[in-house]
Amino acid sequence: MADESGAITGAAPPKRPAAELAIDVEQVSLWYGTFQALFEVDLQVQSGSITALIGPSGCGKSTLLRSVNRINERLGDYVRTTGSIRVMGHDVLADGVDLAQLRKQVGMVFQRPNPLPLSIRENVLFGHRLHRADEKFSKADENQIVEEALTEVLLWDEVKDRLGQRATELSLEAQQKLCIARLLPVKPKVILMDEPTSALDPKATETLEHLLWELKGEYTILIVTHNMAQARRASEETAFMLLGRMVEHRSTEDLFLTPREQETADYIEGRYG
Amino acid sequence: MRRSVGDLDRRGRAWYVDKAVAGLVFIGGISAIVFIIGIFVFITREGWTFVFGTLDFGEFFTSIEWRPTSENDPTYGALALIAGTASVTGLAMLVAVPFSLGAAIFIAEFATGRTREALKVLVELLAAIPSVVWGFIGLAIMNPLIIDLFDVPIGLGVLNSGIILGLMAAPIMTTIAEDALKAVPDGYREAAEAMGATKWQVIRQVVLPAGKNGLMAAVLLGVGRGFGETMAVLMASGHSINLPTSPFDSVRALTATIAAELGDAPRGMEHYQALFTLGIFLFIVTFCINLAADIAVRGVRKG
Ligand SMILES: Nc1ncnc2c1ncn2[C@@H]1O[C@H](COP(=O)(O)OP(=O)(O)OP(=O)(O)O)[C@@H](O)[C@H]1O
Ligand SMILES: [Mg+2]
Repeated sequence: MADESGAITGAAPPKRPAAELAIDVEQVSLWYGTFQALFEVDLQVQSGSITALIGPSGCGKSTLLRSVNRINERLGDYVRTTGSIRVMGHDVLADGVDLAQLRKQVGMVFQRPNPLPLSIRENVLFGHRLHRADEKFSKADENQIVEEALTEVLLWDEVKDRLGQRATELSLEAQQKLCIARLLPVKPKVILMDEPTSALDPKATETLEHLLWELKGEYTILIVTHNMAQARRASEETAFMLLGRMVEHRSTEDLFLTPREQETADYIEGRYG
Repeated sequence: MRRSVGDLDRRGRAWYVDKAVAGLVFIGGISAIVFIIGIFVFITREGWTFVFGTLDFGEFFTSIEWRPTSENDPTYGALALIAGTASVTGLAMLVAVPFSLGAAIFIAEFATGRTREALKVLVELLAAIPSVVWGFIGLAIMNPLIIDLFDVPIGLGVLNSGIILGLMAAPIMTTIAEDALKAVPDGYREAAEAMGATKWQVIRQVVLPAGKNGLMAAVLLGVGRGFGETMAVLMASGHSINLPTSPFDSVRALTATIAAELGDAPRGMEHYQALFTLGIFLFIVTFCINLAADIAVRGVRKG
């Protein structure tokens, strides 16, 4: 699958024109209270690509990911962010940003599958109903939306006869697929994934990675992973972080074959946790 | 060798302590059950002969004539008393449900840090106000207020006691409802927020449905509280036998009837037994309500 990696070759990805960038993080620092978790981080993610974010535990991968859709702000004033984050050219840290609109553009998949305690059908329609509350949709429209989303994540055949079942009763693999499916009806530009396969068994992990390649192109995917093999298999570019800093960001192939920084080399050879 | 025998001895003592504590805890636990059964047996025994002898069930449930002290023709129609209790409890729930759910939602979902802790303490303090104080508020404050506001001759009745009882039940309902909301996993809120739901959408579409069993239990326990409350209702309801047709009517509650009449009813006589029959009825109703609350908490699905 790695041969599908995009056209980017060579050294550090050159500065691309803003239009091609789905995510553009510039000089972002972040504090939890007095603890600084991110130090002037830069990260550019090309539209329609899959980028893996790797690094040892506690290096700030989740923190960075959670800044992009600003879900970090659930913690309140305790979190302080400086720098700039642009999604599809829009500054998302600006004051006037409507979080609902931002999160419609930027979907998120969590480490533990977290379907809502509703039926499968209701889960798929949840975001759709939030964002298009003022439009009328017939039952047939909704059925079609549900079918399309579930088909796209390769779940339709498994659940089509029991859409009324509670989503929390599904297998973890199916739950995680559902968590991806429920993002699709509102057509996000970016999907953030925070170790989406870490609760799954190897077989389920494989199908999910396969799914990523299917979704690539239509959606820009930024995926955090602990699993280096996964980063190699399932991404085109890889960014390596250490202690809150961005160390190296290149095409996946280059980063793993010819890492430029010593820290990167040490990490991919398994010398850190 | 002797040493090791000594060690064995010491272990033996710990073992006895362990057994003794286990025994005490067991007795503590079992005595709760024994007391409940004992109370039920006591109440039933006193009312027993009356329920299956003199009592006319038709009259009990359909007549409003509660004249237990009549010389030649005592009647025991409890309908007015049941209606009194039901109307007061009903109004109390109209007051308490919005108040307590609103407060619970605010405390659990919006308030943070100090505010939150302060509110929780406040609610617990409110829950600790004795019912006679509430009754006093009904008599001394609500009564003239209702008379002034609505221009009615007397301010003691369904409205007064309903509001008093509602305010009284609200704190405990708030506490239970808040626990129910807190028990909803945070992952649900996070998931919904990450999809772009606003705070209120998260609450209405995710948290309330997910916590509905616990909320149901909170409401049912409030209802049970309303049914069983005596002193405040006795003081604020007017205590006159009536089928209420307006919120300003005076009514009399089952509990208040027992409290007011038991002292004068000669032991073992019909009147005395009739009051115990009211007690059995109350016991059964509150038992059913609490059972329903328990079932709601466990989330047994209906149908
Ligand atoms: N809510 C918080 N309050 C204080 N510190 C936090 C908080 N969340 C994370 N941190 C700290 O910020 C740093 C980065 O955490 P983060 O969760 O982003 O790491 P991570 O790279 O995702 O790690 P992992 O691979 O274990 O998920 C860590 O040192 C962590 O202890
Ligand atoms: Mg993490």
